[in-house]
Amino acid sequence: MSPNHAADADASGDARYWALQGLKGLFSVPALILMTAHVGFAGLARGAGIDWMEATFMVATIWALPANIVLIGAVTAGTSLAGTALAVALSSLRLMPMVVALMPELRGARTRTLLFLSHFVAVTGWVFAMRTLHEVPRRHRTVYFGAFGGSLCLINAVIVAIAFNLLSQLPALATGALAFLTPVYFLCSLYGSAREPSGRIGLFTGMAALPVANWLDPSSDILVAGLAGGIIAYVAGRIVETRVGA
Amino acid sequence: MSPLGYHDIAAAWWPYAFILLAGFLPTDVWRWLGVLFAGRVSETSQAIAFARAIATSLVAAVIARLVLVPDGPLAAVPTIARIAALAIGFAVYLLAGKRIIAGILVAEAILVGAAFAFT
Repeated sequence: MSPNHAADADASGDARYWALQGLKGLFSVPALILMTAHVGFAGLARGAGIDWMEATFMVATIWALPANIVLIGAVTAGTSLAGTALAVALSSLRLMPMVVALMPELRGARTRTLLFLSHFVAVTGWVFAMRTLHEVPRRHRTVYFGAFGGSLCLINAVIVAIAFNLLSQLPALATGALAFLTPVYFLCSLYGSAREPSGRIGLFTGMAALPVANWLDPSSDILVAGLAGGIIAYVAGRIVETRVGA
Repeated sequence: MSPLGYHDIAAAWWPYAFILLAGFLPTDVWRWLGVLFAGRVSETSQAIAFARAIATSLVAAVIARLVLVPDGPLAAVPTIARIAALAIGFAVYLLAGKRIIAGILVAEAILVGAAFAFT
């Protein structure tokens, strides 16, 4: 606490310090797993007949691995522009409550800055921010998060560009194994970052609700399962908390 | 075939326009709405906790979809093997003191082993 307090006097040097701390996050296990998962995405894109520049552009502009996987699936199926946009919108809707949950940590920043930084909210950046932002002085939080999120997005775009061109054709098993990284990584990462019982319960209710929602309507299964699972988890979490509290 | 598909307009710029309109826009619009909405939401911890529960559950639905109804080569591995790999990988993650890398390695070993055994 006291070293930070002393460093507060030199504002610009301090900002550089926190930007560097954000960059250090690139060497964390979650960031490295995400980079490996993007090698798998390069293999998936190649298999779908998308060129390397388009795949790189997707990673940089969309920056949400599930949305990119949905997009590749729609491109392979020859889905129309409107149909693809709807499918991607349904898979990306989860980002809105994630951003809402993150905003109290970044309160005080300008709206323009927040709109720009929100592009880097995806599972890895969100978990990283929810875990570590409270240790960062409030006025350096945007620099810290921007340094991590921006560089993570850029590096993964570069990784897709390189992997696409180096791995001329990945064997199907390797692409499958790399694709499987994403669900396992998301599950462990979100469980570890859950702050209250409802977060942990939500992981299981959301997963359990998906087969039912998929059977009802495959095109909106994620939305239906996520909302139903989330509401059940919130109510269950409140009950658990009041029991423990009482 | 279908109008305005990814491969339907033979111009160099079309795939990029398609990615922006059908990928970037329908994704980032939610992020922007999140920023704008957060300013209006009352700063009670319960409202934020509710948003967290919904966000987590939506990602959980994505996880289940990737495992249960996968696109691409993963579909060749039997569903039960995919579920077992996720469940056992997660159990190992917990037993190993929440070490993500332990969960990942075990899940991948089971998945690849099953792929060899069943194909």
